[in-house]
Amino acid sequence: MGTAVDADRVAEAAQRVVAEHDPRSVPTQQFLGACFDAGLSWVHFPEGFGGLGVSRGVQAVADRILQAAGGPVPLGLNPMGYGMAAPTIREHAQTDDVRRQLLRPLATTEDIWCQLFSEPGAGSDLAGLATSAVPDGDEWVLNGQKVWTSLAHRARWGLLLARTDPDLPKHKGLTYFVLDMHAPGVQTRPLRQMTGHAEFNEVYISDARIPDTHRLGGVGDGWRVAMTTLMNERSALGASGSRRGAGTISDAVALWAARPDRHTAVLRDRLTSLWLRAEAQRLTSERSRAAATVGGPGPEGSIGKLVGAELNQHIYEFCMDLLGPEGLLYDGYGLGDGDPDDYRGPIQQRFLRSRANTIEGGTSEVMRNILGERVLGLPGDLRADAGMPWKEVPRG
Amino acid sequence: MAEELADQPTSTAEELADQPKGTADELASQPKGTADELASQPKSTADGAAAEFVFSDEQRQLRAAVRGFCAEYLDERAVRAAMEADPPYDPAVWSRLGAELGVLGMAVPESAGGAGGTLVDQAVAVEELGAALAPGPLFGTVYLAIPALVAASGGTDLLGPLADGVRTAAFAIGDVTATGSGQAWTLTGTLERVVDGGAADVVLVAADAPEGTALFAIETDIDTDHPAVKRTPLTTLDPTRPQATVDLSDAPARLVAGPDEADRVVEHALHVGSALLAVEQVGAAQHLLDLSVDYAKNRLQFGRPIGSFQAIKHRLADALVAVEHARSTAYHAIWALTDGSDDPALAVSIAQATCSAALTRVANDTVQVHGGIGFTWEHQAHLYYKRAYTDAALLGSAEEHRARVAELVLDTAVEAASGTPGPRVATGTGERRGDRK
Repeated sequence: MGTAVDADRVAEAAQRVVAEHDPRSVPTQQFLGACFDAGLSWVHFPEGFGGLGVSRGVQAVADRILQAAGGPVPLGLNPMGYGMAAPTIREHAQTDDVRRQLLRPLATTEDIWCQLFSEPGAGSDLAGLATSAVPDGDEWVLNGQKVWTSLAHRARWGLLLARTDPDLPKHKGLTYFVLDMHAPGVQTRPLRQMTGHAEFNEVYISDARIPDTHRLGGVGDGWRVAMTTLMNERSALGASGSRRGAGTISDAVALWAARPDRHTAVLRDRLTSLWLRAEAQRLTSERSRAAATVGGPGPEGSIGKLVGAELNQHIYEFCMDLLGPEGLLYDGYGLGDGDPDDYRGPIQQRFLRSRANTIEGGTSEVMRNILGERVLGLPGDLRADAGMPWKEVPRG
Repeated sequence: MAEELADQPTSTAEELADQPKGTADELASQPKGTADELASQPKSTADGAAAEFVFSDEQRQLRAAVRGFCAEYLDERAVRAAMEADPPYDPAVWSRLGAELGVLGMAVPESAGGAGGTLVDQAVAVEELGAALAPGPLFGTVYLAIPALVAASGGTDLLGPLADGVRTAAFAIGDVTATGSGQAWTLTGTLERVVDGGAADVVLVAADAPEGTALFAIETDIDTDHPAVKRTPLTTLDPTRPQATVDLSDAPARLVAGPDEADRVVEHALHVGSALLAVEQVGAAQHLLDLSVDYAKNRLQFGRPIGSFQAIKHRLADALVAVEHARSTAYHAIWALTDGSDDPALAVSIAQATCSAALTRVANDTVQVHGGIGFTWEHQAHLYYKRAYTDAALLGSAEEHRARVAELVLDTAVEAASGTPGPRVATGTGERRGDRK
């Protein structure tokens, strides 16, 4: 079987990398560079571009060996780079030179990537975005504002969707670019959120220039390019399951266990219901994983985002109700105060942070539309802007 | 970034559709080769069991066969006919389920006259029978009596006829006293609301014997002139799942499980029964979801399909989540009982708490989405609605099972935690407080 041979080849390459570049002693960027050169960054990419041209299922073989030796999880270090930019560049860059220029520093994490999609006027209706790109010789001139951009302040490159033809219906006039975040006319400002911290940024773009070689896919093809990338990202399902009681529900159970003085029968039943929902979702993820190994994910794979987001909110609401007056205190609202918003902070901070869960990454309303339309096959809603040139669509 | 997926122009929607329809078939697919292995394993060993949530080709074929049989012989008309009949099912169809399809005793060892399969096989059949609301004493015979007899050291000879569908059984726990010894026993007392008790040939009774609780079998067709077993059929909320009061006065009984094993046998029967009932609930819930989605696509109001309204769409999306969660917990309980991979009491209570809530919820959604037609006698929605509330009450309500989960999970966590601080809580006195401007 080809896969078994591929797996052996990948395993050999991975063992050679860890033997020659011990991840516990060489710098991370150097180690990840060795992984790239050995074709282990994305094993399904072509040789010379961080891959070995084998099936992507074999990636797990490489990751196991590299991470067991103490190697980092690169998706965690450069999430937009590894998760979205790499597959898009591989598939849609115009030349191999561009692929070479961008992929290796992405893989080493020397270049951090961000994603410039959402705008103040285009959230759930992303295809309605207004940032414009106008051709000028072999360059494009960009103007507009992006928002909710994680890592923009650290990023060297941004994946950007811009409107190149306002006379076409909204999905058709979009083009996909790579923006140099250090280019003149690109300004990044932190966006402070209700926790007091600034995880995200606003990016203002004034007459910034992008060479046409940094266009990904055809002019007007931006929506399709964006979609294929998202599909790519979605199909990268985690390979390992989670333990019963792990995740955010563990906060609620641990708090319950630590505060017997606050116990009431009503809170007890509420927590039990939350625990059951978390467990049902955990089992559903396990089932989804089992199904994915035997022929692709079924509908059970699409509900995790919706359930997880609402469950997080309900779990931290429960924690706040359990704490009562104690929950009314905070660690400080100075920008530098407290912990980063990554669910390592105190309960009150996690509570505030969870409020965004049903908005970020697709609102719960949009998720229910997806489940209704794409899983159940229900008809779409009426669209007021269907077929209308983008510039005539009412905005506000 | 999920918003893009919902916002496809129709021209690209199809090529981007990555969600195959039909959950059962998707989940049923798996590489060949494990089914023989499964079938050849005694049901108590874990080694041969297939990976959790993965069904074999044979199980997929079984599912299709039961579905096909139900469509032909156990359709809505058959269900309605059974509601009016005495006994409240068609014995000829029932015996075909047993003898021809072999789906009544799938987890019964071959040596005892069964199919020699696993509880997973039985669950596959039950899910389809549940979807069809198949009439017949599934609850008494398949969910409870057969698992009890498989687990008990006595009464093995009773299994064959039950698995073949030539006889039926009920299972009851009540205020009944047993007197006698050896194999010569009589039972006296009243058993209230015995599901499938009205037509059962044999009733398994957990009764108080001098040495403790024991499990007995009584034959119901004895000496009708001096009835030691008097049965009074009851009119039930759910006409497809009949009940009867069973009065016993010195009814001759044989010992099936003595006090040394009766508690274990009864507990096992209740665990298996709860897991199979959960699977039945999943089958019924999926049927109702399919029915509602179909209606929402085709019913036009305000010049458009009502399923295009988010009020309907989101309700059905939530119903989908409920069904998928229910399916996961029910299957997990079945696998836990098959391969011993989880505490059966916890797995079963998780499933019953989740599936009872899911089916009643989806039954309500179904009536609501159908509007006025869903409230009529002629529409099938009410049959499932009544089944939903019946199933939710039969082996413990969702609340009772939640209470059990709370004992097993939360109380255990409290004991384990004693003294540990728990997650960090902000105190309003952090060092950085003074740094604020």
